[in-house]
Amino acid sequence: MDERRLTLYARAWTATTLAHVVPFCVTAVVLVLIEPWLAPMSALALVQAWVIPELYANRGAKVVKPQHRAGEDAERAALGLLGDLVDHRARDVHARTGLVPEPGRLGVWLVGEAGALLVRGRRGPVHCFCVRVNEPGLPSGDRIAHLLLALRADEAGLATVANQAFAGARWRVRRRLAPRMRPALDLAARQAGEAAR
Amino acid sequence: MSRLIRMDHTGHTTLARWDAADPASVEAAVDALRRELDRGYLAMVSTGPGHAEQVRELPVDADTVILRLPIAGG
Repeated sequence: MDERRLTLYARAWTATTLAHVVPFCVTAVVLVLIEPWLAPMSALALVQAWVIPELYANRGAKVVKPQHRAGEDAERAALGLLGDLVDHRARDVHARTGLVPEPGRLGVWLVGEAGALLVRGRRGPVHCFCVRVNEPGLPSGDRIAHLLLALRADEAGLATVANQAFAGARWRVRRRLAPRMRPALDLAARQAGEAAR
Repeated sequence: MSRLIRMDHTGHTTLARWDAADPASVEAAVDALRRELDRGYLAMVSTGPGHAEQVRELPVDADTVILRLPIAGG
């Protein structure tokens, strides 16, 4: 996986979104033009045009959804180890949002328990990667640490192994994230924008 | 004292501690690392901020070696 492939992937997602949205919008307009009393059907078509991309974005945002908790002692121990791996700023972001920001060559990553978001540029797309360690008993901090270490060792490798659940506009992904995670996405976009300058 | 740590369901477990000047402790850590590698764990060493490296032999000079499991697409 490299920047060129990521760009192609993002464009493919944009094309897919347009392929879903445009026909419904055209249908909505044509229906009203043919018969004004078909306006309710037209409205339904517009709802479809809005909902389908939202469902895709929701699928993307779900990759960083928190998983089940382990015991309190295990969670505390795992959090200690994760804290040793990152700097104080990342620790703070993790404490507030549950995501660990990690600048990389491809963009700024937000590492969660069962996936990661890659933010490319301030206004660039967000790529949602579904990737995890297949050990259900691990505490959340360890699950993040697994992905973080894999990312640091081989960023392109992680992006290749992971399944991309969605790539698209940041605002669309942001809307579908849990409210407490949204500041992490904003921060990553700022960092990605600064890095791109 | 360097540490060999395995991430597991307890948070993490310290499997070995060694001192580069103490051959017996190094040998014990090498054995522990080999056992975990045979079980499918991957050994990681931090190589600076934002960087890590996978190792197959015990880096005696490393401060901490962390064992993690392979990851897969979800």
